[in-house]
Amino acid sequence: MPGRRNRSGGEVMTVARNREETAGAEAGRPAFDVASVRAQFPALSLEVYGKPLVYLDSAASAQKPSAVLDAEMRCYREFYANVHRGVHYLSIAATAAYEGARSKVQALLNAPSARDIVFVRGTTEGINLVASTYGRQHVRQDDEVLVTTMEHHSNIVPWQMLCEATGGVLRVVPIDDDGALIMDEFFALLSDRTKIVAVGHVSNALGTINPVGSIVDAAHSYGAKVLIDGAQAVPHMAVDVQALDCDFYTFSGHKAFGPTGIGALYGKGELLRSMPPYEGGGEMISSVTFEKTEFREPPARFEAGTPNIAGAIALGAVVDFLDDLGYEAIGAHEEDLLSYATAMLEAVPGLTLVGTAERKAGVLSFLIDGVHAHDVGTIVDREGVAIRVGHHCAQPVMDRFGIAATARASLALYNTREDIDRLVEALGKVKEVFG
Amino acid sequence: MSSELHDLYQEVILDHNKRPRNFGTLEDADRSAAGHNPLCGDRLTVHLKLDNDGVSEVSFEGSGCAISKASASIMTDAVKGKSRDEIEHLFREFHTLLTGDPSVREKASAELGKLAVFEGVREFPIRVKCATLPWHTLKAALDGRKDAATTE
Repeated sequence: MPGRRNRSGGEVMTVARNREETAGAEAGRPAFDVASVRAQFPALSLEVYGKPLVYLDSAASAQKPSAVLDAEMRCYREFYANVHRGVHYLSIAATAAYEGARSKVQALLNAPSARDIVFVRGTTEGINLVASTYGRQHVRQDDEVLVTTMEHHSNIVPWQMLCEATGGVLRVVPIDDDGALIMDEFFALLSDRTKIVAVGHVSNALGTINPVGSIVDAAHSYGAKVLIDGAQAVPHMAVDVQALDCDFYTFSGHKAFGPTGIGALYGKGELLRSMPPYEGGGEMISSVTFEKTEFREPPARFEAGTPNIAGAIALGAVVDFLDDLGYEAIGAHEEDLLSYATAMLEAVPGLTLVGTAERKAGVLSFLIDGVHAHDVGTIVDREGVAIRVGHHCAQPVMDRFGIAATARASLALYNTREDIDRLVEALGKVKEVFG
Repeated sequence: MSSELHDLYQEVILDHNKRPRNFGTLEDADRSAAGHNPLCGDRLTVHLKLDNDGVSEVSFEGSGCAISKASASIMTDAVKGKSRDEIEHLFREFHTLLTGDPSVREKASAELGKLAVFEGVREFPIRVKCATLPWHTLKAALDGRKDAATTE
């Protein structure tokens, strides 16, 4: 990993910078070979309805490379036992692998210490953990929590529940017609009452990449803490929590080519140490009597019960997988794909893209005149093309644009221009049916 | 186009999707109920005028996919002038058409008349809720329920 993280400012991974880094990396690293990448994903050679699968639903959940599948299986076959409590060989081996995975995630996010990484079930649990612990501690009557219109439900509902319980107030930063945050409105909403700003790094429904560095800086000037929902960022772009200076960053394994049921929460060490436990149980205590229980230091304090050991180890394999490919190469490939897909879709008669912010990741939400997204999804599915249709767990985004649903094609490192061509071809069938 | 898709999007369905019948509000409606399919965001409202034990007038409004819209349109045509018992029987037969096994489907299909055009939906289990949402909503209106009907 050394040499990969030479970030300076708070802004991580602008698309433009990504291109520059790729140019620089060309000499030292072989070009991104998408065919050999695809060959590592067993699911990508499936056929559906007698046609080769085109998988354009990675924003919902990504497919898994063999290395990750093997890592999980190897754990169960070769060194599986419970972690942290055994003195026997297997438990020691499992603990070393589990904690090794934590160090890999630490490196992935460039966190200062592995102790700042808490394994969680996924982004949703990461956010709920912070809302129920830090949030409950610090949000009082009339204090404010800021979210944005483009948040996934999982970055809205936990804060809404927190505010209902504490008398806090949920405030919403609006977005413009392109689906970009209106930063002036964000700055205007910040005040001394703002205790937490919770924002997605990348919007799952629109693809917008938010200026999280500027958001953190502005929030900190009012003493507010910032949680970044990185579910849609980690599969696509390098994240450096120290450069961002964010207080919490959380992501899911399954959207980043890892298994379901595992993810990670980064929190600044001093914050994690000051927070009460999230759930009570084994693993998270240092001593228990019926009168009083002493809790362990983070991250153990937040990992009650037997964790998802094999899942965490597989997540470690994800880090290796991403590191082998390199985010620079991944970013360049996806950037090329996104511009190709954008141009191809814009050329489809009657198609309107929803989410056209200047800085975007590989999400293409669209509407087709006179055809409901659900019908679009059913027809392209029969052509072997998997897309998502609906509100994408972001109903406020749909309301903002006055629509009920969109069709969404989302890209990942294994997609190709041919996938986009197949989508466009399948959209031709939609026209055939609906005229 | 695959034959399944062809069976799903029949001409009659596409026509009702494009030009839904009984679409809009109903003045002096005795009952109204809202229906919601959380999966795809479809929302529709069914308005009724009741006459003794039956439905004398019915309309619907809202937005949804071709299947739910056509289903609502054809349903409103089908239930107008029918008694509550007759409507409930139709709903049961409609449900059988979409989800029942072949032995019972044929009888249902024969009794359903124009509604039998939705038979192709059974090849698309995920879309069954689109076709039944208007019926759940109609039932909620008949029952005088205030909470929104859902497909969940």
